[in-house]
Amino acid sequence: MSFETNTETPPHVVLEARNVVKTYGHVTALAGVDFELRAGEILAVVGDNGAGKSTLIKALTGALHPTSGEILLDGAPVHFRGPLDARHAGIETVYQDLAMAPALDIASNLFLGRELRAPGILGSIFRRLDKKRMREEARRAMSELKFRLPSIDNAVEALSGGQRQGVAVARAALFARKLVIMDEPTAALGVRETGQVLELIRSIRERGLAVVLISHNMPNVFDIADRIHIMRLGRRAAVVTPKTHSMNDVVAIMTGAATA
Amino acid sequence: MSFHRIRTSARSKALQAGISALGLMLGVAFGAGSASAQEVIVGLVTKTEVNPFFAKMRQAAEARAKEKGVKLIARAGKFDGDNEGQVAAIEDLISAGAKGILVTPNNSSGMLDIIKKAREAGVLVIALDTATDPADAVDATFATDNFEAGVQQGTYARKAMGDTKAVVAMLDGTPGGTVDTFRHDGYLKGFGIAEGDPSIAGAAITNGAQDKGQVGMENLLSKNGDINAVYTINEPAAAGAYAALKSFGKESDVMLTSIDGGCAGVRDVKDGKIAATVMQFPYKMASMGIDAVAEYAATGKKPSGFVNTGSFLITDKPVEGLESKDTAWGLENCWGD
Amino acid sequence: MNTATASPPETSPSLKARIIGAPSAGPLLVLIGFCVIFALTNPRFLATHNLSIILQQTVIIGVLAIGQTLVILTAGIDLAVGAICVLGTIVAGKLVNLGYDPVLSMGFAVLVCTAAGLAAGGLVSGLRLPPFIVTLGILGILTAALRLISEGGAFAVRDPFLSWTGNTMKLGGFVLTYGVLIMFTLYAVVWYFLNQTKWGRHVYAIGNNPEAARLVGIPVRRHLLSVYLVAGLIYGIAAWLALGRIPNADPNAMQTANLDSITAVVIGGTSLFGGRGGLIGTLIGALIVGVLRNGLTLAGIDPLWQDLVTGILVIIAVALDQMSRRRN
Repeated sequence: MSFETNTETPPHVVLEARNVVKTYGHVTALAGVDFELRAGEILAVVGDNGAGKSTLIKALTGALHPTSGEILLDGAPVHFRGPLDARHAGIETVYQDLAMAPALDIASNLFLGRELRAPGILGSIFRRLDKKRMREEARRAMSELKFRLPSIDNAVEALSGGQRQGVAVARAALFARKLVIMDEPTAALGVRETGQVLELIRSIRERGLAVVLISHNMPNVFDIADRIHIMRLGRRAAVVTPKTHSMNDVVAIMTGAATA
Repeated sequence: MSFHRIRTSARSKALQAGISALGLMLGVAFGAGSASAQEVIVGLVTKTEVNPFFAKMRQAAEARAKEKGVKLIARAGKFDGDNEGQVAAIEDLISAGAKGILVTPNNSSGMLDIIKKAREAGVLVIALDTATDPADAVDATFATDNFEAGVQQGTYARKAMGDTKAVVAMLDGTPGGTVDTFRHDGYLKGFGIAEGDPSIAGAAITNGAQDKGQVGMENLLSKNGDINAVYTINEPAAAGAYAALKSFGKESDVMLTSIDGGCAGVRDVKDGKIAATVMQFPYKMASMGIDAVAEYAATGKKPSGFVNTGSFLITDKPVEGLESKDTAWGLENCWGD
Repeated sequence: MNTATASPPETSPSLKARIIGAPSAGPLLVLIGFCVIFALTNPRFLATHNLSIILQQTVIIGVLAIGQTLVILTAGIDLAVGAICVLGTIVAGKLVNLGYDPVLSMGFAVLVCTAAGLAAGGLVSGLRLPPFIVTLGILGILTAALRLISEGGAFAVRDPFLSWTGNTMKLGGFVLTYGVLIMFTLYAVVWYFLNQTKWGRHVYAIGNNPEAARLVGIPVRRHLLSVYLVAGLIYGIAAWLALGRIPNADPNAMQTANLDSITAVVIGGTSLFGGRGGLIGTLIGALIVGVLRNGLTLAGIDPLWQDLVTGILVIIAVALDQMSRRRN
């Protein structure tokens, strides 16, 4: 692997973590982890339960503050005070529970918290929402992602699990300027729907965004990831690619039975 | 989309079922109670449905209406103080074309506008039990003279206590209510003391309810153990007071008196729990009211002024110089059960 | 529906589908159904005078139910509506009877009601106490405070400005009070904010899924505070309308206003679990209760049936809500 990368110009790194430590009293959740997400790639983060996956993601999105270490966005150090800061910086997260208001329609959910206001005094003085534009944008976003929905006016609760996931991914894609983080996006889905969601993740990459994919599902990871970041005991055990390593290799690294 | 359809159709089916069930019930109700257009309609608007006093009033009105061949529509407030409910009831009765409305106003000033409107629409309005303020806001008032009833209670208490130095507790109903004020003031007059007299140990709000009467009495006794005369707004409050007195072991040392004439209250007098009560006659108010409306419908003649439906002191320990009836008579003429 | 061939065209739903799918369609059918039954039983029911009476009778609960709807949409509940409204009538009445300027007095009373709403909102959002308990506590506090302020009793409030909302005007043969017009205006304004602005979207989002609302960056606590504040303001306006209907301030009044307003909201199809429903349904719900009470009286039926039928409607409404929620 080092052989491979050395022959090319170093790729642009979108998000980077250097020697990040997070301790809770005597418990060490992150023991000096490094992380590197390159532009336009899908980076899978895998690891056993308790290996520090979700702590790492929370540190990257500002949901918690690292005890020490550095996080850099486009090469510049950043200090997120909360998820909103990360969002303003162009990082979108698809949460495992999707963060949707089920009774609201798809367009409202896509724009939840970032509603568009009508132009002119209707918007500035009367605070009127531009529902038409939000619907159109929502429709455009869904079709750009080649994701088919029965109707943009449906309540989210009327959608299947895969369709809901699609809406959540579309929301992230619509607003992300740098990267999208997805937490177990296929965990609750059937085979066909999982395929649809993986397709969506590819189309996000096609739009030039980098993707961090946290997943337990090895076949999915091997199907879609460009590189695989393996967590073990609060550290990065290795970064491998599906081309150079097999699923068994990755599991062996995860459990400490082998090194990269 | 199809999902949505299924959902709405299931919902509308359930709704249809609900609506037809309601329709059926209403149909039954209408079949039972439909009024013909020519009938003389009398409206009765009482304070609440739950008080046995008003229940008796309503029963009496219904019985009398049947005898007189008029149609009674009874409405009530939901609670003491439900002015809006009573106003709405009168509005509805005017709309229904009532010839006369008998009302026990919750609050004397709150009802004036709508009573005026009713009278302007040619409806005979009679206040039952509670007078309006001013009293001539209605055509006539058929009621117990509550002040007089209070005087009877107070006079009895004072006389029955002889020369004992009095320490008085006042168990009031709902502060500010017209009836409450009359009874309270009447008692003080009959007892021969003024508001603020040092012999008054304290007052409690009971809302005319037994539980609150008990709590109020307990608190007053804790405050002043020398209390030996207790005014109560009505018999449930008196029953509560008796329970409190008994728990303090003072039930035989205290002159406990009341007003109302409910059968439970008269039994308490018979059992010696209450020394005396002043009986009033809700059925008389109601049947006189129905008669007056029937008369008005037939001849156009309206009653006027205050008609005292009377009150009698009920006790088995009469005192000299004060007219009273015994509990045997009381049990024959009481209301409620 | 030919789902087999292709996905349906992406258009807005047809008008018909919108009407059938609207959450207030059911309540509207019930309202129309009752009106038809009552009109058939007694022709007086449809007299313009009688219809106007029904509207006037709906004003207080109708307006209180606007605030109640907002609170319930956030998955809260407000047991203090009636007490706050009575507080408004007593403060305004007391001040005017003491000789203060009626407009300022009423304005101050509305402010006091708004402050009471703000207090409830502060406890709910700041200390994260359950709305049921907070408003129950405020109900108790106000009940005592009202007795103290009013020295126990009801008193008359005779002032042309305070009772102005009870004055009538003719609108094409239809006699309406200004109170009725104010009620409709309030419904229109609050409907606009609820359905056409970000503020309203966020009310629904918070009631639907507060965690999601937080994650997408909605300031949930501040928003809740604003909802209770607006509700308090509305209760204050309701106090003015109440004085127009009955020129009297009574600390014992409106004891069932909390349950009555909740009834209107629930019959109108708004979910007690929050995030579903709307104002049009609430208006219809309030009208259903008014129509039932009036219509039964006109039909010569014991109005106890009103409580019974209302009770059944509440259960049907809640059952439908549960069914649709469970299905999803």
